[in-house]
Amino acid sequence: MRQLRAFGLFAYDFVIGDDWRVAVGVAAGLVGTYLLAHDAGVAAWWLVPALLVTLLPVSLWRAVRRH
Amino acid sequence: MGAGALFIAVFLACAVEAVEATTIVLAAGTARDWRSATTGLIAALAALAIITAVLGPAVTAIPLQALRLFVGALLLIFGLQWLRKAILRASGHKALHDEQKIYRTQLTLASAEPVHRRAGLVPDAYGFTLAFKGVLLEGLEVVFIALTFGGNAHEVPLAALAAVCAVLVVAVAGLALRAPLARVPENTMKFAVGVMLTSFGTFWGAEGAGARWPGSDAALLVLVPAIALFAIALVGLLRRTPAPAATADPVAEGS
Repeated sequence: MRQLRAFGLFAYDFVIGDDWRVAVGVAAGLVGTYLLAHDAGVAAWWLVPALLVTLLPVSLWRAVRRH
Repeated sequence: MGAGALFIAVFLACAVEAVEATTIVLAAGTARDWRSATTGLIAALAALAIITAVLGPAVTAIPLQALRLFVGALLLIFGLQWLRKAILRASGHKALHDEQKIYRTQLTLASAEPVHRRAGLVPDAYGFTLAFKGVLLEGLEVVFIALTFGGNAHEVPLAALAAVCAVLVVAVAGLALRAPLARVPENTMKFAVGVMLTSFGTFWGAEGAGARWPGSDAALLVLVPAIALFAIALVGLLRRTPAPAATADPVAEGS
């Protein structure tokens, strides 16, 4: 059980890293892209880059403020 | 994506990880015992080979659209982590990755542990474990990057070749010098890798979710420099924010 927990923590740190909000934002952006492309049938390529230019500065700002 | 771009991206990413693994193996060998450190290195490489052999065919068996969505999401999250740390380092808000300092710290820690020598391939369990863990953990990132890039571009053999070349070049240099590869511009390389991972993650993730990029693959020619410029602009902005003395523990520093 302890090893499973250790592996879970390692996997979390490996993939998600220091800021889980970035991972949540990326997931939300991809879901939004899917909905725009499939349900609304509009060009959706811009959504992930737009999210990126929002997520990265916010995450950096939080990191700088924490110090 | 051009084969050259794939090769460069995987080579750079893997070289950075290999430099970090080399520092740990050198510290384990110097402070503890070379035979144990070498056995740990070989055992970790064998474990990585098994992981690659299992995951490689599994990755290539996933339908391309699903692979691009899944891998694009992972690469984007992973790439943003790299880029975030690289921007914080470049702007003075995080300690720069310093192989000499990491090496000295590892040497001190490894030398402080009591030695219980045994006969056989692993005379010193601590040296073995230190080298094994270091190579396995850094190597997992190499495997992840090579498989995701290679799988998405249908160029797994080329990605694997780039990874092997990077590891060999760094390992030979490390063995020849018997010292940490401090002259490698690691922080700059990490910045470049962060830009590449984020760009390809953005491209593949959006494409996997159903978006069609203007210009198809040529969109990457805009995406990569645009993200690089955006990251450089963020470094410039953060440099204007007063930075505290960087106190991060260099040993605990990841990518």
